[in-house]
Amino acid sequence: MTVAEIKPDTIAPSRAGGEVAVEIRGLYKWFGEFNVLRDVSLTVRRGERIVICGPSGSGKSTVLRCINGLEPFQRGEVVVDGISLGNDLKRIAEVRREVGMVFQQFNLFPHLTALENCTLAPIQVRKMAKAQAEEIAQRLLKRVRIPEQANKYPGQLSGGQQQRVAIARALCMNPKLMMFDEPTSALDPEMVKEVLDTMVQLALDGMTMLVVTHEMGFARQVADRIVFMDAGQIVEVNTPDEFFNHPQHERTKLFLSQILK
Amino acid sequence: MATGAQAISVAGGFAYVRGEPAPALPPPFASTGLIGWGRANLFGTPLNAVLTVLTVLLLVFALPPVVRFLLIDAVWSGADREACLASAAQPHVGACWAFVREHLAYFTYGSYPIDGRWRVDIFFAMLAFGIGWLLWLDAPRRGLGAFYMLVVLPIVSFFLLYGIPSVAIDARIPLGVTDWHVRWHFAGLGVVDTSRWGGMMITLVVAVVGIVTSMPLGILLALGRRSKMPAVKTLSVIFIEFVRGVPLITVLFMASVMLPLFVPPAWAPDKLVRALVGVSLFSSAYMAEVVRAGLQAVPKGQWEASSALGLGYWQTLHHVVLPQALRVTIPNIVNSYVALFKDTTLVFFVGIFDFLKTIETARANPVWATPVTSASGYAFAALVYFVCCYSMSRYATGVERRLAVGDRR
Repeated sequence: MTVAEIKPDTIAPSRAGGEVAVEIRGLYKWFGEFNVLRDVSLTVRRGERIVICGPSGSGKSTVLRCINGLEPFQRGEVVVDGISLGNDLKRIAEVRREVGMVFQQFNLFPHLTALENCTLAPIQVRKMAKAQAEEIAQRLLKRVRIPEQANKYPGQLSGGQQQRVAIARALCMNPKLMMFDEPTSALDPEMVKEVLDTMVQLALDGMTMLVVTHEMGFARQVADRIVFMDAGQIVEVNTPDEFFNHPQHERTKLFLSQILK
Repeated sequence: MATGAQAISVAGGFAYVRGEPAPALPPPFASTGLIGWGRANLFGTPLNAVLTVLTVLLLVFALPPVVRFLLIDAVWSGADREACLASAAQPHVGACWAFVREHLAYFTYGSYPIDGRWRVDIFFAMLAFGIGWLLWLDAPRRGLGAFYMLVVLPIVSFFLLYGIPSVAIDARIPLGVTDWHVRWHFAGLGVVDTSRWGGMMITLVVAVVGIVTSMPLGILLALGRRSKMPAVKTLSVIFIEFVRGVPLITVLFMASVMLPLFVPPAWAPDKLVRALVGVSLFSSAYMAEVVRAGLQAVPKGQWEASSALGLGYWQTLHHVVLPQALRVTIPNIVNSYVALFKDTTLVFFVGIFDFLKTIETARANPVWATPVTSASGYAFAALVYFVCCYSMSRYATGVERRLAVGDRR
């Protein structure tokens, strides 16, 4: 992404209310001997859009995965929507119902159609009637602009279409928070835009979003705050304007100079 | 445009432009039809050509004698061995199908009482109904079909085949003013001891019990082996590796000799039940490894995506992981089933009269002692096993092809 591509017109900052959506306090995590996260603390308010960036291996994805319990952590506290995430499976399940996640590799269920991918969780987890779940799924597939692909299998869709189905699938659970883990990194360049457009639309609708991405244009346009991580630590949290124009830390400057060649 | 070309006036001269596509040329003569097919498939390379010639020679040498034995010279009817002996009228005697016909009922029912064979027929019909229900992919209420096959059929078949002891109640209940006299008699269904079961019936009982129990047990063992709980994992690994490490015949001997040592004599299970337990445990250990391979083929991302949506462990297994895992292992599952179906013949070592054992017994019948009796009996056995196993494998191929539609890249 070059500087020229960074759009100047940013979305107005979200009217983030006082309500806390996610609260991370002093989070530490080890993979065996390796210390992945060191004292990560972050507060996400409802309606806020946060972009997490940083070099690979810096622990960005791990933070997201700790929020919905895909990764256990050893020290610290994660509170999502008032629910403190421990090792209690029941609580983790509660949190997962409220947090949608979109993966780099889409992870659609290949044996189900796009529509069935979307209705599986509402029917099984929310115990919704099939007809109602399908109606909601159709509406959301329309919102990500692929209603005509509803009855196709993931293998018959392009990468961009698959990722948009994945977004619709997460939205079908009516989540309070959406997390994106490098959603465009596995896409061909010409498909990146259609996915980013969908995400911008979601931001405009007021969704609370936590996005790990290297798309700096998207970060500048959408983010309320940008979190820069390196070596398992949060180095800098700043508004997009300050982050790109007046980075505080040397490490941030170096990263930006590399990524914005 | 007959010529396919058209002159267009262009500034500065003429250009010749074809007005319509050139008609497609017919393919060269030798690349289509029988000759083309033969060239491509039979004589494509020198090695291919040699193999083709060898195969044709083999067929020319082997096929006529087989056809002659099984069909042309075969004896189709007769009352005893006289019909299948060489004589002046028929110097060459082929397969003695008269012997098979005479013993067909024995091969099917074993020593099951003749007046009770209708019960076995009902069992066959119920089994066929259940198998048809489950195998027909578009059948209505397949969940109910699975319930029928896993719960209803085993229970009903047990009472049908084994029988129900007759019950008589004759009681006088004093109720003060008048006594209440209860007299009730249930005739029952004559009990047929399992030692009298035999033939195809028992082969099917053993095979179906093995197939039906090995799937759920195999899945549980495979999950146990991948479990994060050390105790569950260790036990699963020990069970699987131990059972896989010994031949089926050993498992059967252990089941029939050792099992009675662990339970009080009064509870000692029936000989057939012991064999069924042995076959089931054996096949579930193999099924566990087949299923495990399938589970490993499902990417971790599928678990994560499903968990992230809020689905629990068993929901994820049921709706996301197992459908994918079992699909990729269909060939292996069917392979196991075919092997199991044939392995059921081993139960005759623990004294059970399965299909092969009935043939083995019948061929020793002096009434039918001829030089061709054994060959005929074994040919019949081979034919029956082949038809069963081949249809299993054809069905699986069909399912695979059908499931492959649409959702594979």
